[in-house]
Amino acid sequence: MDIAFRILFSLLFCATAHAQQTYITVASTTSTEQSGLFKHLLPIFEKKTGIQVRVVALGTGQALDMGRRGDADVVFVHARPLEEKFVAEGFGIRRYDVMYNDFVLIGPKADAAKVAGGKDAADAFRRIKSAQAPFVSRGDRSGTHFAELEIWKAAGIDIAKDKGTWYRDTGQGMGPALNSAAGMNAYILADRGTWLSFKNRADLTILLEGDKRLFNQYGIILVNPAKRPSVKKADGQAFIDWVISPEGQKAIAEYRIGGEQLFFPNAKR
Amino acid sequence: MSALWEAAHGALGLILAGDPALRGIVLLSLGVSLSAVVCATLLGLPLGAAIAVGRFPGRRAVVVLLNALMGLPPVVVGLFVYLMLSRAGPLGALGILFTPGAMVLAQTILVLPIIAALCRQAVEDAWIEYEEQLRSLGARGPGAALTLVWDIRFSLLTAILAGLGRASAEVGAVMIVGGNIDGVTRVMTTTIALETSKGDLPLALSLGIVLIGLVLALNAAAFYVKDAAQRRYG
Amino acid sequence: MTTDGRILPLHMRDACFRAGGRTIIDRISVEISAGPSSIILGANGAGKSVLMRLMHGLLVPTSGEVGWTETDPDKRRRQQAMVFQRPVLLRRSALANVTYALKVARVPRREREHLAVDALESVGLLHLAHRPARVLSGGEQQRLALARAWALHPEVLFLDEPTASLDPSATREIERVIRAFDAAGTKIVMATHNLGQARRLGDEVLFVHLGRLVERAAVDEFFSSPASPEAAAFIKGELPWT
Repeated sequence: MDIAFRILFSLLFCATAHAQQTYITVASTTSTEQSGLFKHLLPIFEKKTGIQVRVVALGTGQALDMGRRGDADVVFVHARPLEEKFVAEGFGIRRYDVMYNDFVLIGPKADAAKVAGGKDAADAFRRIKSAQAPFVSRGDRSGTHFAELEIWKAAGIDIAKDKGTWYRDTGQGMGPALNSAAGMNAYILADRGTWLSFKNRADLTILLEGDKRLFNQYGIILVNPAKRPSVKKADGQAFIDWVISPEGQKAIAEYRIGGEQLFFPNAKR
Repeated sequence: MSALWEAAHGALGLILAGDPALRGIVLLSLGVSLSAVVCATLLGLPLGAAIAVGRFPGRRAVVVLLNALMGLPPVVVGLFVYLMLSRAGPLGALGILFTPGAMVLAQTILVLPIIAALCRQAVEDAWIEYEEQLRSLGARGPGAALTLVWDIRFSLLTAILAGLGRASAEVGAVMIVGGNIDGVTRVMTTTIALETSKGDLPLALSLGIVLIGLVLALNAAAFYVKDAAQRRYG
Repeated sequence: MTTDGRILPLHMRDACFRAGGRTIIDRISVEISAGPSSIILGANGAGKSVLMRLMHGLLVPTSGEVGWTETDPDKRRRQQAMVFQRPVLLRRSALANVTYALKVARVPRREREHLAVDALESVGLLHLAHRPARVLSGGEQQRLALARAWALHPEVLFLDEPTASLDPSATREIERVIRAFDAAGTKIVMATHNLGQARRLGDEVLFVHLGRLVERAAVDEFFSSPASPEAAAFIKGELPWT
């Protein structure tokens, strides 16, 4: 009994001792984390500066909310209008471009809506609606969800009003949504990174890519210490500076899955 | 069926490979859940005993409430604790959000009603046997209740194991207050959730089997200890 | 008002106890004083156990009063002990059970051990001091309960059918211990339905029938010439089941 308690307390001790190392909290998105980018990127930064980066992965909307509450020092998401609003509200100091990737339209190989090989995402969406083919939406205020809604708008469809049972609003992260799409044999808009590392593809494949509307820009913002005094300003800024530095940008470009580059650095200096 | 068999195979492989990342996740899971159970036991046993032995207005309502709280949804507890510990919340200054400490806190809240309610039932039943003798000796109130709790400690072990089961199985609370941060607050259940959402179902299933095996081993150890001690103390 | 902490005599005046719609004790008035060992005799269901619990303070009378000479409840409790038909022992060693009782009575720590050892010795259990109490035989457990009660050297020792669950040899052992406590000056108040035991251990008999105190007499007188018809019937073994 006694020994058990001792092991327990030393475990707890280790857990808290862990916390003595300098760290920052970064709110990012599930798609970014699940792409595996952070596992590749963060050890490089940590080795260089000794600052541990703790990533909490949520949807873009939630990540920005986390920043607003001051529970994160840095937000690293991909929904530019929402990010600019965040800065305008005073919660962020300044927004920096970091990298971009693209979304892809995933769907069943059988392709009932006949969108395969097309170059116009809005047109593809129109076809999916007319065919009433099952479509999975993330519905979670994420960057991907936001992009999806923009495409419906571009297609001239008021999706909130005109959706039918073919439109499955699941309120899930990218991975679970892909699982659902695989299970339902449905169309879904996904970021390329998550798709490349997604293993449960079932009958799904990339049907459409390359449309400018599918361009997905990532931004990084330091949470404003004036509004949230607990923010670790110096360390957070150090992370941002590194990510947009030539070294950080190179590390981003070097990340590949199956030989394919996932993210394309485009920070301006 | 074959998926399960493959997963069992995979689980064995995981255990034998001794991956340090997996080891870290397992140790953290054990640390968090066991700590929560210890805290909940230290608080819950006296609480349950006090309610069992005490006589006060509204006692029956308290008993019903305590029983109902056994069914607290983990995700709701997680949400509540998150709002408390958030920098924008009342306890934000503690700065323990997204640390194992927050996870222990949330799980303690989850497990406390289970241990307290089951203890209350056990003590109430035992009180029938012990009451007259203890009162005759002059033991009263809190002293008598604690004496009773120590005397029925082997029966209470089951209550504690129920609490441990709940803590090691839940994912909702630790996900929200821990943030599932790689290397810091990632435990077995949140890893399983993550791998599932990444679509790596075989790995998720294998991890699930490792988790079940772990809890099984803990229960077996507890049973063995209880058995040996019971034979010694009668 | 007491002199050197004595709590006897005990007074009961018109004490009644009602529960579950039944009257179990029906207006009993009695005074129990120091000295002779008192046997509460009666058939099963006559109310002996409830009467003892009213005296010991485990039950509160529904009406009437139960009073001792000592008014301070702590001092009162300290000078009484009770042994039940089935001993309730803690999951500890025999010795630890006795020291527990001493601890509850706030005996200082350094005195507890030797008082407990003395008590175990007086009932012949010293060789089992470190055995877990719950693995002892029925007779040994009851002797331990007696030791526990005796350790505080109470003024009054209540015993509620202490040998009803024991075999004859264990019964003899218990009776030997009770006689020794009686000889040492402890007031014995014992409930039993066993006529032979009453004769062996008692100095006076309080005969209880249907919740009433029907007769009180010295033990020889009670058995040779019982004054009440119920007592006579009971002695002859003809008392109907209550």
